[in-house]
Amino acid sequence: MDGKVKKFIENFGWPRIIIAAFLMCLFASTPLVGVRLDTSISDTLVRVGMNGVLVLAMVPMVQSGCGLNFGLPLGIISGLLGATTSIQIATSADIIAKSGAASGGMKYALASALQTGARGPLLFASALAIAVPCAAVLGFVYAQILNRVKGEEMMIATYVGFSSVAVMCMAWLLLPFDSAVMVWGYGGSGLRTTISTEGFWRHILSDFGSITIGRFYVPTGMFLFFAFMVFLVWAFFRTKTGTAITAVGSNPEFARASGINVDKMRTISVMFSTILGAVGILVYEQSFGFIQLYMGPLYMAFPAVAAILLGGASVNKATMTNVVVGTFLFQGILTMTPSVINNLLKSDMSEVIRIMVSNGMILYALTRKTQVKR
Amino acid sequence: MPDKEPLLRVEAVGKEFFGNRVLEEVNFSLFPGEVLGLVGENGAGKSTLMNILFGMPVIQQTGGYEGRILIDGQEVRFQSAFDAIDAGIGMVHQEFSLLPGFTVTENILLNREPTAYNPLVEAFGDRIRTLDRQAMRRRADEAISLLGFSIDPDTLASEMPVGHKQFTEIAREIDRKNTKILVLDEPTAVLAESEAEILIQALRNLAGKGIALIFISHRLQEVMDLCSKVIVLRDGRVVKETKPEDATVFQIASWMVGRNVETPVASSRRMADTEVILEAEKLWVDMPGETVREATFSVRKGEIFGIGGLAGQGKLGIANGIMGLYPAGGKVAVTGEKLPLNSPAVSLSRNMAFVSEDRRGVGLLLEEPIDWNIAFTAMQVQDKFVKKLLGGLIKWRDDAAMRDAALDYIKRLEIRCTSHKQRAVELSGGNQQKVCLAKAFVVGPEILFVSEPTRGIDVGAKKLVLDTIQRVNEEFGTTIVMTSSELEELRSVCDRIAIVDSGRISGTLPASSPAEEFGVLMMGESLAAADIAGGNADGR
Amino acid sequence: MMGDSNAGQKFTASENIRHFLISNAVPIIFIGLSAAAIPLSGFSAGYLVQEMLTRLARNSFLVLSLLIPIMAGMGLNFGMVLGAMAGQIGLILVTDWSVVGIPGMILAAIISMPIAALLGLICGKVLNMAKGREMVTSYILGFFINGVYQFVVLYLFGMRGILSVPFTGTEIRIPITNPQLVLSRGYGIRNAINLTGIRRVLDNAFPFSMHLNIGGGTSTINIPAGTFILIAAFCVFIVWFRRTKLGQDMRAIGQDMAIADSSGIAVERTRIIAIVISTMLAAFGQIIFLQNIGTMNTYNSHEQTGMFSIAALLIGGATVSKASIANVFIGVTLFHLMFVVSPMAGKELIGQAQLGEYFRVFVSYGIIAVSLVLHAWKRMQERERARRGLRGEG
Repeated sequence: MDGKVKKFIENFGWPRIIIAAFLMCLFASTPLVGVRLDTSISDTLVRVGMNGVLVLAMVPMVQSGCGLNFGLPLGIISGLLGATTSIQIATSADIIAKSGAASGGMKYALASALQTGARGPLLFASALAIAVPCAAVLGFVYAQILNRVKGEEMMIATYVGFSSVAVMCMAWLLLPFDSAVMVWGYGGSGLRTTISTEGFWRHILSDFGSITIGRFYVPTGMFLFFAFMVFLVWAFFRTKTGTAITAVGSNPEFARASGINVDKMRTISVMFSTILGAVGILVYEQSFGFIQLYMGPLYMAFPAVAAILLGGASVNKATMTNVVVGTFLFQGILTMTPSVINNLLKSDMSEVIRIMVSNGMILYALTRKTQVKR
Repeated sequence: MPDKEPLLRVEAVGKEFFGNRVLEEVNFSLFPGEVLGLVGENGAGKSTLMNILFGMPVIQQTGGYEGRILIDGQEVRFQSAFDAIDAGIGMVHQEFSLLPGFTVTENILLNREPTAYNPLVEAFGDRIRTLDRQAMRRRADEAISLLGFSIDPDTLASEMPVGHKQFTEIAREIDRKNTKILVLDEPTAVLAESEAEILIQALRNLAGKGIALIFISHRLQEVMDLCSKVIVLRDGRVVKETKPEDATVFQIASWMVGRNVETPVASSRRMADTEVILEAEKLWVDMPGETVREATFSVRKGEIFGIGGLAGQGKLGIANGIMGLYPAGGKVAVTGEKLPLNSPAVSLSRNMAFVSEDRRGVGLLLEEPIDWNIAFTAMQVQDKFVKKLLGGLIKWRDDAAMRDAALDYIKRLEIRCTSHKQRAVELSGGNQQKVCLAKAFVVGPEILFVSEPTRGIDVGAKKLVLDTIQRVNEEFGTTIVMTSSELEELRSVCDRIAIVDSGRISGTLPASSPAEEFGVLMMGESLAAADIAGGNADGR
Repeated sequence: MMGDSNAGQKFTASENIRHFLISNAVPIIFIGLSAAAIPLSGFSAGYLVQEMLTRLARNSFLVLSLLIPIMAGMGLNFGMVLGAMAGQIGLILVTDWSVVGIPGMILAAIISMPIAALLGLICGKVLNMAKGREMVTSYILGFFINGVYQFVVLYLFGMRGILSVPFTGTEIRIPITNPQLVLSRGYGIRNAINLTGIRRVLDNAFPFSMHLNIGGGTSTINIPAGTFILIAAFCVFIVWFRRTKLGQDMRAIGQDMAIADSSGIAVERTRIIAIVISTMLAAFGQIIFLQNIGTMNTYNSHEQTGMFSIAALLIGGATVSKASIANVFIGVTLFHLMFVVSPMAGKELIGQAQLGEYFRVFVSYGIIAVSLVLHAWKRMQERERARRGLRGEG
C-alpha cells in the first residue's frame, strides 16, 4: 500500500499534487469567503475550453523531440490573420449586400448568404480556412529553422515567436484592411489593438448547445470542439506517421535506423503544432469576444507551456491526459486565486501567484534530469 | 637493476565485475627508464588493469580490487585519479583531452598554471592570483624539449595536426615534476606511420631521462621496437612475460589469442556451392572510430559469416555502412543487384535487418514499451501491424497485432518482463538484446546483420542469443553476418570468419582454422608474411 | 610532415577581407541601416552625439556584466534581470531613507550586493541542474524571480503590513515611511518612483562638456565623465580578470566542461561564481542606469534590461560563446542609434512613428533569434566536422 502511494506520487510529481491540493482548497473555501462555487466552476470551465486547444498545440512538438513549443505565437499570428480577414470579408459583404442586387450576381449571392443565420458559422469557417494554410506555411519555415538547431530549440523558438509578433505588429499597421470596425478611427489606416468579434462570430462555438442553469454556464459547443481536437491529435498519434513521430522524439537514432526521415517527421510535427496554435487562438477569441493584435500574442506561449507541464508532461513526452488535466489545474488556479485569495487577503495577489506557478512549473521541468539521449 | 626496489610493483592483482572475473594474479614490476609493452586482445583486461593503476572510480564502485600495488616499495590504494597523479602516475588517453581554444602552453599547464600574487588575493583568495605567463611559457618549453621535439607553444590546439596534439598530451603529463610513470594507451593509433616513428623516438628520449613507461598498443612491431619488456595478457592473466628480442611478432600474436583448450567449432558446413547473396567491393564507411577503408568480401546464401578484428579497426563499420547508418561508398550488391548506399530505408526494403552493437543508442526505444520496440521497424518499412482505414488513406496502428507479435516473441525468446507493455529501459541487458533480435526477426529478413550480440550480457543469455541466431539460420535459411570482438564466439557459431584490420579485410578463413592464424590476421600481417616472420626473429 | 603546424592557416588578402565581412556581418548591417536612417530621421549630429554618449554611459555597465558568463560557456545570461531587481530594491530603500547623492548610490549598491549575490547563487545552482540549456532556464528563472520580486515589493514593502505571523501579531513587512513611495492602500510600492535624490549624480560627478562643430552648427555636448570613469575601471577589471587563475579556469570550462573537470577544476563552483559576479555587476549596472534616467518603473524597469542588453551585445558582433569589450561599446552605440532614429525615420518614411517603434522591437527580438540560430547551427556543423576529423583518411 505504502509503495503504491509512493509510486503514485512519483508518477504524478510533487508540484502537481501540491497545486491540485491547493486548487481543491480554493474550491472548498469559496463559501467561507463569500464567492459563489457555481460561478467559480463555470468560469473555470469556460477558461479550460478557451485555452485547451492552445495547450494541445504543445503536444506534437513535444512528442517529436522539438521540446516545448515556445514558438506558439507563430501559430497565433496565423490565427489572427484568419480572424481579421474574416471580419474584413464580412464588412465588405455587408457593403455589397446593402448596395443591392445591382452590384452583381455571384458576389452578391455570397454577400447575402452572410446576412443570414449562417453568417457566424460561415465567417468562422472562413477564418479557419485562412488561418490553417497560413499556419502550415509558417510552420514549415519554422520547422526548417528548428531542424538546423537541434538541441537548442526552445530558446530559439521563444525568440522566433517574439520576432514574428514584432513583424506582425508592423504588418497590422500596413495591411490594406479598411473595415471600419477594425481600423483606427483617426488616420484611417492601421488596425486597432483590440477588435470585437461581436456581430461576426462571438461565442459561435461556446453558445452551440450551451447550458445555463442560474449562474452556471457550460459552453457545450466549445467543449465539443475541444474534444474533437483532442480526438484528432490522439488519432494522429495512433497512425503510422504519428507512431514514427513519437519514435523520433524518443530516440532519433533508432528512428533513423528504421528508415525514418527524422527531419521530415519533425517538420510534420512542427506544422501540426503551429496549425493547432492557429485554431486554438480562434477558439479563444470567439469565447473571449475580442481579437487582440500587436503585442497581445507575445507571451501567450508561456501559460500554455506551463499548463501542459502542470498536467504531467515532460520536455519530451506529452499525452492527452496531460493536456486536459494540466489545462484544468492551471486555468483553475488562474480563475480561483483572484476571487478567493483576494477576498481572503483583501489584496490582489493573483498576478503574482500566476507568475510564480507558471514559471516555477517550467523551471521544474527544465531542471529535472531527463533521460534524453543526444 | 634487479637488486634495487622497483619503481612500480604489481602483486597478484585481480578484479571481479559482478562475479565476472576479468583479472587474475597479475604480477609485474617496472624500473625507472624501463618501457613495458602491454599487449592483449580486447577484453583481455588491459583497460581494467590501467583503471586500477590509475585509481578510476569505476573500480571503487564495483568493489575494489585484490592484490597490492607498490610504488617505491610503499603500498598505495588510490581513491581517485588525482591520487594516482599525486603519486606520480601520468596517463595519456586514446581520445584527446585538449581544449581547442587554448594554446599548447595553456593546455600543457591546464589547472597547474604558475601564478603571481596581487593584493586582491587577500580579499578573494588564491583563485584570483594572476597567471604568470612567462613562467608558463618556460615550463611548456621545458616539457616539450624533454620530449626532444619542437612545437610552437603559442599554437592553438584546434589548429594542430593530430601528431602535435598527441605530443601536447604527453608534454602535459611530463610537466608534472613528480611524474615517474607514464601510461600510454594506444598513442599511435591515430598517427600516420611517420608521425608514429617520431613519437616512438620521443618516448625513447623520455625513457632515457629515467621515466618509466607503460606502452599499450596493438601495433606489435612498435611494441617490439620500443619496449624493453613485453607482457601478454589473455583472459585476465599474464600468459607471457618476455624480452622483445626473445620473441617474434607471430609468437606474441599467438600468445594473445591462443587457447589452452580448443573450443568446439561449428560444423564447417560446405557453402562453396551456394550462390553469393551479398557482395561488397571496395566498401568504405565513415564511421567514427570504426572507419572502413577498403573492404571486399562476399557472403553466400544461408551461411553464418563472421566479422572479427580488434577494436577500432573497422569491423563494426561494415554492417553500419551497408545498413545506411553512416556515410559509405564503394560497391555493394544484394542478390546480384546493386544496393544504393546511405539510406537505411532502402537497405531495410531489400530484406536486410540489423541488430546494432549500440543497443541503447540505436537499437531500442528505451522509453517505449516492448511491443513498440519489436513492431516499429516492420510497421514503418513493410506496413505490418497497420490497419488501412478509409481505403488506405489512414494507416491506423494495429495495437492488437503488435501485442500478439510481442507476446509470441516474449515466449519464443524467453524475454523476462512483466508484460509486453513494460518499457525497454527497465529490462536487463540480455532481455534488451532479445528484444532487438525480435525486432529484426519480425521483419523476416533474408540477410541479418548482428553486431556484438553478446556484449554486456550474462552467460545464460549469451548462449540463448547465440542459439537463437543459429536456429533462425537453420530454420529459415536466413543468411547471418555476425560481427563480434570475441573470436571464440565467432568460431563457435560461424561458417567463415573475415578479419578486419586497418579498415581492410586482411583475410577470410573457415571457422575451423587454428586460432593463431586469426591472431596473425588481427595484427595486420598477411598469413604468408607471418610465416616468414615466424622463421625470422627480427622480421618485419 | 609534423613541422608545418600552421599549414592551411595562411589566407590571402581577399580571403581575409571576406572573413572579416562574414564575421562582422551583424555590425556592418547595422551601420548600413543607421547610415540610411539617420538622414531620414532629420536629427542633428550634435543631438545624436549627445544621445549616444548618454546612452553609452547609461547602458555599458549592464552590457559588460554579460561578458563573464559567456567566458564560462554559459551563454547569454538572461538571468541578469535578477541583478537588476536587486539594484532596484536598493534604490527603493535609499530613496525612502532620503540618502541622496553619491552616498545614496553607494548605499544602494551596498544594499543590493548581498541580495544580488544570493540571487546569483540560486541562479548558478539552478543552471548547474540544467546544463546544456542554461539560456532558456535562466530566462524562465528571470520570470520566476520577477514573481518573487513583485510579491516582495507589492506586498511586503509598506507603511502597514498585510501578512502576519500567526498568533504573534508580528507583521511581516519591510517598513517604508515615505508615503510618496507607497500606494494609497498603505502597502506596496508605487509604479513610478522619482529618483531625484540620486538623479545623474554619477554622470555629473565631474562636470565636463565640450563644444562640437559639425555641419555648420555648434552644439554643446555634456559628457557624463563620472560614469565613464567607472566603466573604464570595469573594463580594466575584466581585462585583468581574464588573466587570473579564476578567469583561466572559466575559459577552460567554457570550452569543455568534461576536460576542465578531469583536470581538477571545480566546474560547478566556478560556474556559480561566474553567475554571481555577473548578477552583482548587473545590480550595480541597473543602479547606474536608473541614476541616469532619474525615474524608476518599479514593475517594468528591470524587465527590458535583459533583452536590451543582450540585443546590444549581439549587435556589437558578439556571439553566444564569444564576446569582447569592443563588442559591448560598438553594440550599445549601434543599438541605441537605431533605437533613437528608427521612430523618426519610420514617421518620415511612412508617416507612422509607431512603425519605427515596432521596427526596433523587431530588431531587438530578431537579432537575438538570428544570433541564437547562427550559433546553434554553427555548433551543429562543428560537431559534424569534429566527427569527420576523427574518421582518419577514409
